[in-house]
Amino acid sequence: MKRERIYGIMAEFDSAQALIDAAKRTHEAGYKKIDAYSPFPIEGLAEELGFHRDEVPLVVLIGGIVGGLTGYLMQYWMSAVDYPLNIGGKPYHSWPAFIVITFEMTILFAGISAVFGMLALNGLPMPYHPVFNVPRFALASKDRFFLIVFSSDKKYDPAGTRSFLEGLQPRSISEVPS
Amino acid sequence: MAEPYKTTLEAQQAPVIEPGYTFGTVTEKISAIVLTRPASNGWFLGFGIAFMMTMMMLYAIGYLFLKGVGIWGVTIPIGWGFAIVNFVWWIGIGHAGTLISAILLLLRQSWRNSINRFAEAMTLFAVACAGIFPAIHVGRPWLAYWLFPYPSTMGVWPQFRSPLIWDVFAVSTYATISALFWFIGLIPDMATLRDRSTHPVAKIVYGMLSMGWRGSARHWHRYETAYLLLAGLATPLVLSVHTVVSFDFAVGIVPGWHTTIFPPYFVAGAIYSGFAMVLMLAIPIRKIYGLEDFITERHLQNAAKVMLATGLIVAYGYGIEAFMGWYSGDRYDAFTLWNRLHGPYAGLYYLLLICNIFIPQVLWIRKLRTSPIALFFVSLVILVGMWLERFIIVVVSLHRDFLTSSWGMYYPTRWDWMTYFGTIGMFLAAIFLFVRLLPMISIFEMRTLLPEAEVKE
Repeated sequence: MKRERIYGIMAEFDSAQALIDAAKRTHEAGYKKIDAYSPFPIEGLAEELGFHRDEVPLVVLIGGIVGGLTGYLMQYWMSAVDYPLNIGGKPYHSWPAFIVITFEMTILFAGISAVFGMLALNGLPMPYHPVFNVPRFALASKDRFFLIVFSSDKKYDPAGTRSFLEGLQPRSISEVPS
Repeated sequence: MAEPYKTTLEAQQAPVIEPGYTFGTVTEKISAIVLTRPASNGWFLGFGIAFMMTMMMLYAIGYLFLKGVGIWGVTIPIGWGFAIVNFVWWIGIGHAGTLISAILLLLRQSWRNSINRFAEAMTLFAVACAGIFPAIHVGRPWLAYWLFPYPSTMGVWPQFRSPLIWDVFAVSTYATISALFWFIGLIPDMATLRDRSTHPVAKIVYGMLSMGWRGSARHWHRYETAYLLLAGLATPLVLSVHTVVSFDFAVGIVPGWHTTIFPPYFVAGAIYSGFAMVLMLAIPIRKIYGLEDFITERHLQNAAKVMLATGLIVAYGYGIEAFMGWYSGDRYDAFTLWNRLHGPYAGLYYLLLICNIFIPQVLWIRKLRTSPIALFFVSLVILVGMWLERFIIVVVSLHRDFLTSSWGMYYPTRWDWMTYFGTIGMFLAAIFLFVRLLPMISIFEMRTLLPEAEVKE
């Protein structure tokens, strides 16, 4: 199998506004496998790239439900089934007293799901990524904005894509070696 | 129509971030503190003192493990001495971090962006200090893990109807979620430090901590969703933690503990002392590191206003406690009130009223609210006052309960004091390390506050 030598073509922009406009035009031009990089979250940018399905809320909901059930059933099983102990004449299944820990376990599981679910869906941790091969990309965590068209895109062709990106008036253009 | 109103309001208020900064200069200014600024002699002196205090704490705890809790002042009837006082005090201080990072995020208070990072760090270190006390207080600390439900050869499980077990879950959940919230907030800034640092070891360490963050728009989208959801989860959590701590008392039948006002009044007190600690740290740090442009007069004022409001809730709590002592007609409750006002610890109660209610009223004066030195001292007074409050609740309630024959007195020993001051040292040592090793202000959230970050569709 022939390995792609070029991962994509990357254009650098000066401002968040320039990036969001460029992302919009690139997506409208029919490029689907594209991504944008910015030093802070820009509202609406992901949607311009055609990203509409964010599964993080679902992961958190499932985590919360699992946590709540775990918390309650754990207490029920331990206090009423596995080793019932009469404490102060209270029922073995004293549900009001179990609510606090059920609540805490709900939050704990949902919170852990939020963090690790987000990282997993983002494919992190990923210490190496081809975009880091571009020296100027170090500025993506400071004050520059980048747009990339991946070479795996159907519409990608080395010369045509490059000239299209040049038409967006970027600050610089670089090829990303894979 | 709205514009003139907005401008007059803004004219009165100091900005959240002084004008003239760009993405680049904000990044440079905050990251330079970690990456290029040499550690000063003052830093070494401060860290050295804090570290020695930490060693003193370890010495006191080591001796405790050798001899047992008899070296402390705890006796019957006062079985809960300094350990519980300090636990409640520290965990209360921790509350401000989550309040600032979660609740103010949900309320869209953008001024929080410059103080949330170190307030969260402060939360973590305060919770770490708090966690020490219950563990060493159990008498046989090497068996403290019995508090957790694990399948043991003894076959028994924890007693889930006890508020003390609720507390174990509440505090450990709080510690975990605070650490995660802090860590997730640090990821994009770790990427900034990875790209800025020149030292090969620093590059590798920050690179690993950044998880390979590259700022992709899809990543940011999921990141913001997760951050917002975590804030939504942390908000009820932070309110629940001190509520559960107050259950440790309120579920008991001791006069002075058995009251329904405790949960809200504990939460308000926690936020009160937490903001006082935030100010006590922020005021010297912004001065030493020249961050007055990021932590402006606006932040100090807002924190002072939060302290004023929560302080009044706390004052209301004291009022209701006293009122119920009289109105309930319960002779033990009435005696608790009398004992606070005239008993052997009465001096501490009056000092508490002075520290927590009377002195903080100076914050009504705008001039003092914007003066860092005045705020620093008011915060110190509040922290002392909140510590006294926990001392009154724990010790003064316990030392004279139902039977005159079982009355007693509590005198802390030098080991109590060494452990207490030792945890302050540990807290400060952690803060000293934090300001040198991690960006103390969230860089990426500061970028979003700049006017050039605004985009239109």
